[in-house]
Amino acid sequence: MFNFKRKMQLVTLLLVLAGPFPAAADLGGFLDLRGGLRVQEPVAERDVSLLEGRLQLEADHATDLAALQLRVDLVGDAVNSGEALDPEAGKGILDLREAYALFAPHELIDLKIGRQILTWGTGDLLFVNDLFPKDWQAFFIGRDVEYLKAPSDAVLLSFFPEWGTLDIAYTPSFDADRYISGERLSYFNPQAGRVVGRDRQLAVAQPNRWFQDDELALRFSRNLAGVELAVYGYVGYWKSPAGFDSASGRAIFPHLSVYGASARGILAEGVANLELAWYDSRDDSAGSDPLVPNSEQRLLVGYERELASELTGSVQYYLEHMLDYSAYQHSLPAGMAVKDENRQVLTLRLTKLLMNQTLTLSLFGYWSPTDQDSYLRPNLAYKVSDDWLVTAGANLFAGPREAFFGQFTDNSNLYVGARYSF
Amino acid sequence: MNKLSLLLCLALLWAAPALADDHALEIVKKANQASYYAGKDGRADVEMTLTDASGGIRKRSFTILRMNVGGKDQKFYVYFREPADVSKMAYLVWKHVGGDDDRWLWLPALNLKKRIAPGDKRTSFVGSDFFYEDVSGRGVEEDTHTLLETTDDFYLIENKPNDPASVEFSSYQVWIDRQSYLPLKAKYFDKTGELYRQVEATRIETIQGYPTVVEAVASDLKAGTKTTNSFSKVAYDVGLKEQIFTERFLRRPPREVSGR
Repeated sequence: MFNFKRKMQLVTLLLVLAGPFPAAADLGGFLDLRGGLRVQEPVAERDVSLLEGRLQLEADHATDLAALQLRVDLVGDAVNSGEALDPEAGKGILDLREAYALFAPHELIDLKIGRQILTWGTGDLLFVNDLFPKDWQAFFIGRDVEYLKAPSDAVLLSFFPEWGTLDIAYTPSFDADRYISGERLSYFNPQAGRVVGRDRQLAVAQPNRWFQDDELALRFSRNLAGVELAVYGYVGYWKSPAGFDSASGRAIFPHLSVYGASARGILAEGVANLELAWYDSRDDSAGSDPLVPNSEQRLLVGYERELASELTGSVQYYLEHMLDYSAYQHSLPAGMAVKDENRQVLTLRLTKLLMNQTLTLSLFGYWSPTDQDSYLRPNLAYKVSDDWLVTAGANLFAGPREAFFGQFTDNSNLYVGARYSF
Repeated sequence: MNKLSLLLCLALLWAAPALADDHALEIVKKANQASYYAGKDGRADVEMTLTDASGGIRKRSFTILRMNVGGKDQKFYVYFREPADVSKMAYLVWKHVGGDDDRWLWLPALNLKKRIAPGDKRTSFVGSDFFYEDVSGRGVEEDTHTLLETTDDFYLIENKPNDPASVEFSSYQVWIDRQSYLPLKAKYFDKTGELYRQVEATRIETIQGYPTVVEAVASDLKAGTKTTNSFSKVAYDVGLKEQIFTERFLRRPPREVSGR
């Protein structure tokens, strides 16, 4: 709670600095109602995967000094009802999505301070150099895909000279992913050697000291003859609790640095992208600690194009190549599941628009030839009117229980939703 | 008739249609200039009304900024206001005549600049009866133009696609005003020669000396749908800076579209 108070004080201070927020600010938002059911017998979880109403309110206001933006969700969640308010984790009745002030202190500089959604990189539902927090829980249970991006409490400094754009995002207190903890979705726990749920929720020690447990992310980007080029850097932590501290018996977020680059441009009437990164797992440089992830090289290649009228298709190839693999193999205690040196994932996206673009049919699929697991996301969305949208879809996981997507097999679900926008 | 005069006759016979074509091409070029290139830059608020076959109505509203950036290339910034679910989304186009355009969609909830595959420009713009190409213009070199008729008021031009497989029409006819060079009506014929689509300029005003279409209607005669575009707050030579058409001003909509 201490953290939250500090952050709220900061936000309040910014709002005061930037001038009064008038009642007449431009107000918009939506009411979103959703429900979902599991299609498999759950492992220590409730049958209902999703049952909630969200009222999102958005207001913005511009003064001479700054542009202010506020976006907040009021949430009624029947699956995790009575949950304590924790805006950091997006739990409870209030999910603060954005609360920032944007200043332009110089002709070439923008400064955005407060709670904000940050995104970069070229992947489609795969992230290589985007180390900003994700909400995997929201993604897997069938909330709108915009909820995959969790907010950061950060300062974004952007510099726009003629020769490119430099973005520096500083997060003073580590913002983790909203990861799968067993509370709502079951997962494979390597210590237990099985899929666990509410019976064995992940005990986590999360870095949270201000200005000590911080994160720094950089991007320099420029456009060269129609090709968008970028280099990236990140100093912080693994975003999900990928390590384990045997002394305390808690999952931990080991230190991580990432260096990468990307390119995106037009190729044969489609969009092609390439992204690379080196993940330096600083707490296990030699790769000999079985409880901390090894360093990795990551690669993403993608291509998207129109296949027919109102039909778009895209494919991606993604590789996680573990470094110091033999050290990892030697370090592993007997009986532990062995990861492959190379984890490969292929994705496919098909999107078809029908009925004057009021009906959207889409399919997104992940399939890993190395892990032999898959995750399918079919979705139908129909715009009944300009205000109302109804949607239905599924999150279907399959594969061995110790594999990345396979561990969520018992969470496979169907969902329906309706949204009124205003 | 000696050989020389025969040759001359042949040459003239050859030249006559070529001259006509040149004239048609000149007219189409002028029409293109008048429709899409007026001033150094321009802005307009657009209200779109989509009427379906059963009379149901959907609305779109957006602001469009346009800038000429050397040669025939242009940049467009489209900032959506309505319907509510697309409010604050933006669509950015760097149009390259004779090449693929660069296009991006800005999704504010994700803070994401999504690059869009070049794609077919003859697909519906935001679900309306207007095509992308109606918004940003069709390259004059993509069709062969023939002047069919010249009346007191109009040039009637017939246009046949150079690459018939790339479009859904077999030809279209355009009535171009002889004074302003604005296309006032276009009729599209499908591969069987049947009229199936019509675009009409229904209101024209002169703004800052530029004749401007301030209302246009596109009809899909087969589906029975139609879309009316009403333009307001049209202005030319507003002094747009090229940097507006970059990611910086997707993240932070410029005064020119936010109206602040």
